[in-house]
Amino acid sequence: MIRFLRDRKVRDYFWQGLATVGLLAVIWFFVQNASENMLKAGMATGFQFLWRDSGIEVPFNLTGYKPSDTILALLWTGIVNTILVSVVSIAVATVIGFSVGLLRLSRNWLLSSLAGFYIEFVRNIPLLFFVLFWYFGVLAALPTPRESLGLFDAVFLNRRGLSIPTPNDLAGFRIAVVVTLVLIAVQFGLSRWARARQARTGRDFPLWAVGFVLCGALPLAAFVAAGFTTSWDVPTLRGFNYRGGFVLVPEFVALFAALSTYTAGFIAEVVRGGIQSVRQGQLDAGRALGLSPGRVVRLVVIPQAMPVIIPPITSQYLNLIKNSSFGAAIAYPDIVSVFMGSALVATGQAVEIIAITLAIYLALSLFVSLFMNWYNARHKLVTR
Amino acid sequence: MRLNDLPRILPPWAETLRQRLFATPLDALATLVCLYIIWRVSVPLIEWLLIDATWNGTTREDCRSSGACWVFIRARFGQFMYGQYPLAERWRVDLLGLLIVGAAIALSWRGLPRRKEASILALIVLPPLGIWLLYGGWGLKLVETREWGGLMLTLFLAIYAGLIAVPLGILLALGRRSRLPLIRFASIVFIEFWRGVPIITVIFLASLLLPLIMPTGFNVDRLARAVIGLAFVIAAYMAEAVRGGLQALPDGQAEASQALGLGYWRTMRLIVLPQALRISLPAMTNEFIALFKNTTLVLIVSIFDLLGIAQAALADPAWVGMNMEAYVFAGAIYWFSCFGLSQWSRLKEKRLQAAYGR
Repeated sequence: MIRFLRDRKVRDYFWQGLATVGLLAVIWFFVQNASENMLKAGMATGFQFLWRDSGIEVPFNLTGYKPSDTILALLWTGIVNTILVSVVSIAVATVIGFSVGLLRLSRNWLLSSLAGFYIEFVRNIPLLFFVLFWYFGVLAALPTPRESLGLFDAVFLNRRGLSIPTPNDLAGFRIAVVVTLVLIAVQFGLSRWARARQARTGRDFPLWAVGFVLCGALPLAAFVAAGFTTSWDVPTLRGFNYRGGFVLVPEFVALFAALSTYTAGFIAEVVRGGIQSVRQGQLDAGRALGLSPGRVVRLVVIPQAMPVIIPPITSQYLNLIKNSSFGAAIAYPDIVSVFMGSALVATGQAVEIIAITLAIYLALSLFVSLFMNWYNARHKLVTR
Repeated sequence: MRLNDLPRILPPWAETLRQRLFATPLDALATLVCLYIIWRVSVPLIEWLLIDATWNGTTREDCRSSGACWVFIRARFGQFMYGQYPLAERWRVDLLGLLIVGAAIALSWRGLPRRKEASILALIVLPPLGIWLLYGGWGLKLVETREWGGLMLTLFLAIYAGLIAVPLGILLALGRRSRLPLIRFASIVFIEFWRGVPIITVIFLASLLLPLIMPTGFNVDRLARAVIGLAFVIAAYMAEAVRGGLQALPDGQAEASQALGLGYWRTMRLIVLPQALRISLPAMTNEFIALFKNTTLVLIVSIFDLLGIAQAALADPAWVGMNMEAYVFAGAIYWFSCFGLSQWSRLKEKRLQAAYGR
């Protein structure tokens, strides 16, 4: 009997069984209480409420949502707003982050200290502080529409938000997008051809310079051309406010400014760490092989730094998407604000609404981490 | 003749300056642009913060200069520190603060006799004592948690959520590396769930669902809900920090300990965790800094921590337009706390690297 109890397998089963029973008992206890409490409070259950009219006003939406639409449409508006602010912030945070991270490594003492100052400043203050600071501190102190800060007489910033012009029709831009896609395809084919030729003959091809023209300069030219040939709806001052164009509400501007500058501080540290992880010996070896400084960066530093940089940067992106929920503090109509806030108050179906919101964020996280694993597996450095 | 052989014209300090700031024409240009920007930003900033600022007075009318009105911070200093905590009872908060600081100083002194026992005693005694001092009862006047606020509340949230999160995180990390598949699975689900959702939704979740899943008549305090919500999320992040330490430890340590006849828990307690935790301490400190910053989110459920008090102060009709002063004051406290913690963690990390000879 005692030997039986000392058997490792038996003990493993015993402890796991005990843990499972314990966990199930706790869950059962909570569910039991919840259903009892909900019955007592007369709370409705089920997901039918999603198809009811919402009656909730959303001041900023891209989906054409009206208060007479369903709660499902409201949720969709929230999702679109979350995605909008996340995507724009991610793009800007990446640009600022990479610039600051590279400046941090600059030989120039002043530049690198300024970059370091920025990083330490941003990373040691709560994000909510920045969100509130931009909203109540900066944007509330902006001038009235009559005294707006204007840029090229097309973009206007005032305390009612940022007014930007919108194109009246998209035909020109559609052509520009198609042109860009074609050019990217050409560049892709070219790079395959160049690699094959180099493997066969050893001859080099200025792929990066061509790529800069094909994927950078020409698409830019296409978009500029499209911009000039399209008629624009430019915001103009009428009475007390700007009419026409599109108004990015102050909530959006504040959340975007806070998210992008805050996350940039973290991205900068990731970039600095990634580049510093490439050992000096690698650079020396590259130079000893006769590579030019530009090629050392391209062929030695970037391929080794990127696998170090990409995973933490992806998790920073994920953090940014999750942090876009901070907009709820200034009533930016994102998922949390319109769904977990307004819709929950209107319907009172806390359990269902919380479950849906969490499921959306979890699905997003799962998707990003799956992508990250795939990327890591693909780009793992092969070392010998 | 090589350039280096030329007689050096510049004195050494100027040579260093040249290399660091004016190495190439482009560098020189960048330096000059930077200096100009620093000049344009810092001069008005210092004027506003210090030179033109008003320091003495009692009301808004005392602030006539163009600079900052620090009179406002002075007048509301009590609120920034204690929120609406009754004036007559604030000595209890001070006493608790002194006790914690005193214990921390005494316990970090290496020469203290029976240091380990004293640490455990402090960990067992101080947290309940703190709740008694702050909340009251048993001879002290009751102070409801809705009267708590300011910096005191921020510290309370961070410390008590941390006290739950650290042990829970260690258990989760061990669970994630357990031999038993069911326990491993449960730990992974728990960790990934809390890491996958925004903290703001967790605070909503805790404040809405905790009362729902408790037996009828059992009331969970509003503040306790926020602490539990924060603690669960941070525990998940702590678990990943601890896992890093566990993974860095060679398997031989646990194997040797088992060969000596120690069971699982004794192996973990005596051999694995002391070493692994030392490795993960910097990462755990970073998670604690994140927790400290995220305590601000309780603003969403109308609990007024330091940032919440600063935000609420903006609505005071007697002090209109004090946004910047309130934000600068609160921001500076957050910045110095987080920066101090991260410097301490860096110091620990350096010592660790020296000890492990990397």
